[in-house]
Amino acid sequence: MSAAHSSHAVIQLAASTSSTSEHRPLIITLFAVFVAATLGITVWAGRQTKSASDFYAGGRQFTAFQNGLAVSGDYMSAASFLGIAGAIALFGYDGFLYSIGFLVAWLVALLLVAEPLRNSGRYTMGDVLAYRMRQRPVRTAAGVSTIVVSIFYLLAQMAGAGVLVALLLGITSDAGKILIVALVGVLMILYVTIGGMKGTTWVQMVKAVLLIAGALLMTLMVLWKFDFNVSDLLGTAAEKSGHGSAFLEPGLKYGATDVSKLDFISLGIALVLGTAGLPHILIRFYTVPTAKAARKSVNWAIGIIGAFYLMTIALGFGAAALIGPEEIKAKNPAGNAAAPQLAEYLGGLGTTGGAVMLAVISAVAFATILAVVAGLTLASSSSFAHDIYANVIRKGKATEKEEMSAARWATVAIGVVSIGLGAMARDLNVAGLVALAFAVAASANLPTILYSLFWKRFTTQGALWSIYGGLASSVLLVLFSPVVSGKASSMFPDVDFAWFPLENPGLISIPLGFLLGWVGSVLSKEEPDKGKYAELEVKSLTGTGAH
Amino acid sequence: MATEAPPPPQSPEGGSPVQPTTEAFLEAQNSPEFAELRRSHRSFAFPLTVGFIAWYLLYVLLSSYADDFMSKIVFANFNVAFVFGLAQFATTFLIAWFYSRHATNKLDPQAAAIKSRLEADA
Repeated sequence: MSAAHSSHAVIQLAASTSSTSEHRPLIITLFAVFVAATLGITVWAGRQTKSASDFYAGGRQFTAFQNGLAVSGDYMSAASFLGIAGAIALFGYDGFLYSIGFLVAWLVALLLVAEPLRNSGRYTMGDVLAYRMRQRPVRTAAGVSTIVVSIFYLLAQMAGAGVLVALLLGITSDAGKILIVALVGVLMILYVTIGGMKGTTWVQMVKAVLLIAGALLMTLMVLWKFDFNVSDLLGTAAEKSGHGSAFLEPGLKYGATDVSKLDFISLGIALVLGTAGLPHILIRFYTVPTAKAARKSVNWAIGIIGAFYLMTIALGFGAAALIGPEEIKAKNPAGNAAAPQLAEYLGGLGTTGGAVMLAVISAVAFATILAVVAGLTLASSSSFAHDIYANVIRKGKATEKEEMSAARWATVAIGVVSIGLGAMARDLNVAGLVALAFAVAASANLPTILYSLFWKRFTTQGALWSIYGGLASSVLLVLFSPVVSGKASSMFPDVDFAWFPLENPGLISIPLGFLLGWVGSVLSKEEPDKGKYAELEVKSLTGTGAH
Repeated sequence: MATEAPPPPQSPEGGSPVQPTTEAFLEAQNSPEFAELRRSHRSFAFPLTVGFIAWYLLYVLLSSYADDFMSKIVFANFNVAFVFGLAQFATTFLIAWFYSRHATNKLDPQAAAIKSRLEADA
């Protein structure tokens, strides 16, 4: 690398850092406008939230298209937007692999889970898991698993918020990052306690529209620069990357060793099977009136999310071609700043247009985090209030009012816990936490959902073994993986107790979750409840007696 | 859309929908109509699920272990890996459309008939 080249990079970096702080007022203004608008929506939605069905399920009156938008807004996190664009910009083709797993996963939800769940459940994932089983133990397990999955996912978003702020506002002090995490936490408590599912749904719809519009604008501008010749874009990206044609082939990130290849397969399985077990996604299907509307909302979501991931190709390869890996890495080694850097470049570096683009795309990224965080908080507080408080602690005798009040207090508690954990986790590896949430969901939740709906001999013991076994194995394997210790990128780089070589536990823990559900049922002395299975099966396929 | 199942009969305040008895559900579960509905759903959704997961895993495995094949150029700067990746998008859209068409034409009418009979008796 020539000296001239590297000094050029340094000058660019200095220029872009100073422009970041100059444009800080604009970024903050746009962000404040978004926060004010969404809080307005939340207060309006709160006035219409009277019953438990309003609070948990938005009154079940959203249309399929509205819910499809909200599902997309709930699903496309900062990891999707900043993470995938950055991964493609730095690792080329291997970054694109994520998008495919995240999209194909929706077919599991469409073909096997969304409609039966909508027909047979009421407010939470636990409604379906516990339907045929002894209520208290299975409700408890479902509640624990919902809260664990959601908290891991929340942590990733909170840590992501800290990273974003450092990147976009130039705030690098610990106190500043903690303040931002606390602000995100307070906002999510307000959205959920005041607006319930109605408010959260509207926030997610607004965010989805902003994200798609922002990505579309940038995609068109990138393609414009290459006269809409995608091959030209790929060729320039490969050339600028320094990797040549290898940049357009699999293997730059995961192809190094046999272990990293296995890790990639493990990640791929977790991504494709995790989505249909994510509680914050599943409860979205209760917001529409019928199973048919649930199906249509998944179709909308597949269309919207698929279009978005296709655009990440243009964003990622565009950043590689127009900005180049050195300047991207200089700003953030993981590439998380690639999308905002590209926005500034497209608007014109050093011009008002560049400043506006940077501010708009940064505000969209904040909106993305807030909407996902609200969905996660709602899922975990609903599960606490409905599964654990109302059905286990109060044994089903709590009034609707008491249950909603428990949900609101749980929201405050979860918000405070996430602020605390998020403040501690602000330097953790974001991608590892998200992949962990997917692996835990696929190991602990998906087997029990599928067995409950489709296997008549499934028993309470099978459900408990599967949920706790899948949960414990996935969390423990991560604890003893290089995510936590033994590598420079680990949470605790100075110690090494990583005897499990893979960063993603899915390859082991997902089959184990399925196996334990089967073995637990076969070895169980309890007879499956035939009447309850008849109710669940007929309800789930026909919608008879659906809430 | 005359065959679309109507929303459950319930009060706008969110009261409980009509619930048939467990005996009625057991009887419905054992009826030939329900056996046909279950078969229509499972014989379509299960093989398709196995199929798209196998297709996706093939892609993941080829990406990991078949470098030479995946790096072959198809045209211009597009290699097999890129085309394969786009094919995953295309099959996902196609399967979603294919399943939805099956559900609308085959599953919804059968489900609506069973549901209206059960709720009328309840």
